[in-house]
Amino acid sequence: MRPAMMTPEQTGPDTRHGMILYMENVSVSFDGFKALNDLNLYIKEGELRCLIGANGAGKTTLMDVITGKTRPDTGTVSYGQQFNLLQHNEEQISRLGIGRKFQKPTVFEALSVKDNLYLSLKMDKGIWTSLWHNLSGEQKDDIDRILHTIGLTEHRDRPASVLSHGQKQWLEIGMLLAAKPKLLLVDEPVAGMTVSEAERTAELLTSLAGEHSVVVVEHDMGFVRSIARTVTVLHQGSVLAEGTMDAIQSDPEVKKVYLGEEGNA
Amino acid sequence: MLAKLMRLSSVQRVVSILAIVGIYVILANTLFPEGSFFHVSSYSVNLLGKYLCYALLALALDLVWGYCGILSLGHGAFFALGGYAMGMYLMRQIGDRGVYGNPELPDFMVFLNWDSLPWFWQGSDSFVWMIAMVVLAPGLLAYVFGAMAFRSRVSGVYLSIMTQAMTYALMLAFFRNEMGFGGNNGMTDFKDILGFSLQSDTTRLVLFGLTVVILAAAYYLCDRIVTCKAGKIITAIRDSESRVRFVGYNSASYKVFLFTFSAVLAGIAGALYVPQVGIINPGEFSPINSIEIVIWVAIGGRGTLYGAIIGAVVVSFAKTRLTGIMPEAWLFALGGLFVLVTLLLPKGLVGLFDKRFPAKKNTTAQENAA
Repeated sequence: MRPAMMTPEQTGPDTRHGMILYMENVSVSFDGFKALNDLNLYIKEGELRCLIGANGAGKTTLMDVITGKTRPDTGTVSYGQQFNLLQHNEEQISRLGIGRKFQKPTVFEALSVKDNLYLSLKMDKGIWTSLWHNLSGEQKDDIDRILHTIGLTEHRDRPASVLSHGQKQWLEIGMLLAAKPKLLLVDEPVAGMTVSEAERTAELLTSLAGEHSVVVVEHDMGFVRSIARTVTVLHQGSVLAEGTMDAIQSDPEVKKVYLGEEGNA
Repeated sequence: MLAKLMRLSSVQRVVSILAIVGIYVILANTLFPEGSFFHVSSYSVNLLGKYLCYALLALALDLVWGYCGILSLGHGAFFALGGYAMGMYLMRQIGDRGVYGNPELPDFMVFLNWDSLPWFWQGSDSFVWMIAMVVLAPGLLAYVFGAMAFRSRVSGVYLSIMTQAMTYALMLAFFRNEMGFGGNNGMTDFKDILGFSLQSDTTRLVLFGLTVVILAAAYYLCDRIVTCKAGKIITAIRDSESRVRFVGYNSASYKVFLFTFSAVLAGIAGALYVPQVGIINPGEFSPINSIEIVIWVAIGGRGTLYGAIIGAVVVSFAKTRLTGIMPEAWLFALGGLFVLVTLLLPKGLVGLFDKRFPAKKNTTAQENAA
């Protein structure tokens, strides 16, 4: 880590080489089962990357490793060039600018939509600040802007528990945005969504790429095709193929182990 | 007046009701002659003061259980520690008026053939020191316990069992004579506080008034905590702690803060309780006591601060009445009440009340939730 005067949260990841995330030779095993097997993955700054793979291919474990929920047995994971993520815990990683959206929407049900965003804002998260904190005008504007982006402005004062499934997913993406992350990890955003909801989600995610780097894990091939520029195929814990959707679909290896199993998508 | 009361927010409601009850009781006790229909006897004032100490204790538990999901089965320990801090001070105020007439040592120490005060009794004759101990003893225990438990991410049933073990261990320790806290008998026969006789009706009335004021102040503070940003985070921790961590909050520090604050409130309740009942002994550490607090909160209505107060007062009143008539039936009645409330009134007694007279809510979110 460089001896800067600024805190890690302020410096942000060093992406002078164009890469925001490096995962090298990462292996994780659970009771002998290799969830990740010598995996190598690089994410460019500002890109929208889709991860696909059959159940058990290691997609969720990969997210767990990046966010600090699971520690790999071997390998290195670095964020920008300077942060070794294996030395940080979940809260620190979140504060470094890596946001994660879970498979199952997990919003704070008892709180209002607005308060869900309020708690997610990028700010000092210590107890003393929280005891005395009032929203500043700028923060109110941030919340209003995010509400507009995720299309929940009119639901701002309703408790999150009454939102529809799709709305909860958007709220969760909004919570990620409130934290002003550099890297967004999005786990199965359209699972259980209606067609029109999925379309809106695709628009939302595409609009976020560029300013943020976005990694999406998704089963729905139609959805992946609609948003992806680069697709990474995972198989048995390592990267099987990487490239554009068309290149992936014509790759014989991929056809054999993935598309072959699930039918031609 | 009643209609006006219905339009207030819950803090205003509770503080007004406490003020009305407090002022009424004090006036009725002093102005109306004994035998008058309006007279409130000194016995009743004392009893009500005791209930309000329980109410403060219930409030403390509801803060951690109702809002943060920390089911403490050991809050009686913090209450007892506050009580012991007060008890030590009151013991020293006895001076040479004890049975053995020793001006320096409390009777039980003379009885144990000790010739000087142990180090942890130093300073206990100072009122200011006592106040500090009432806050520090439960506060420090809760801080250390909470820091260890919450940072190691112990929660749920395991945490409840640990709190129960904590109060049980303290009970066994305080039962020992060598601990220097009066052993089995605890401390009693208090004479006066700050020079005022504890037997006088005026002192008792002042203690009652002080309890009302402190309960109201504690209610206000608790309400501030649960409605501010930290309170929203605390509620979020209750519902989904791992999500709170992913948003970047160190959830353990929030839980440690809340647990410590709650323990201090419980300690203050204990300190107010001891001069009003005139005794503190290791029985206060008994696990049953801590479980009873949980039952008050459940019956009153968990997660609504005023529900805790109502639960504590109603159940304690019922206990006084019922143990007068049929002492052996009380535990069955308490158990039965608990089962009935859990089955029929999951939101407790206040669930019934809230449906009829919804309080003016601070946030529109809650309005929509209702």
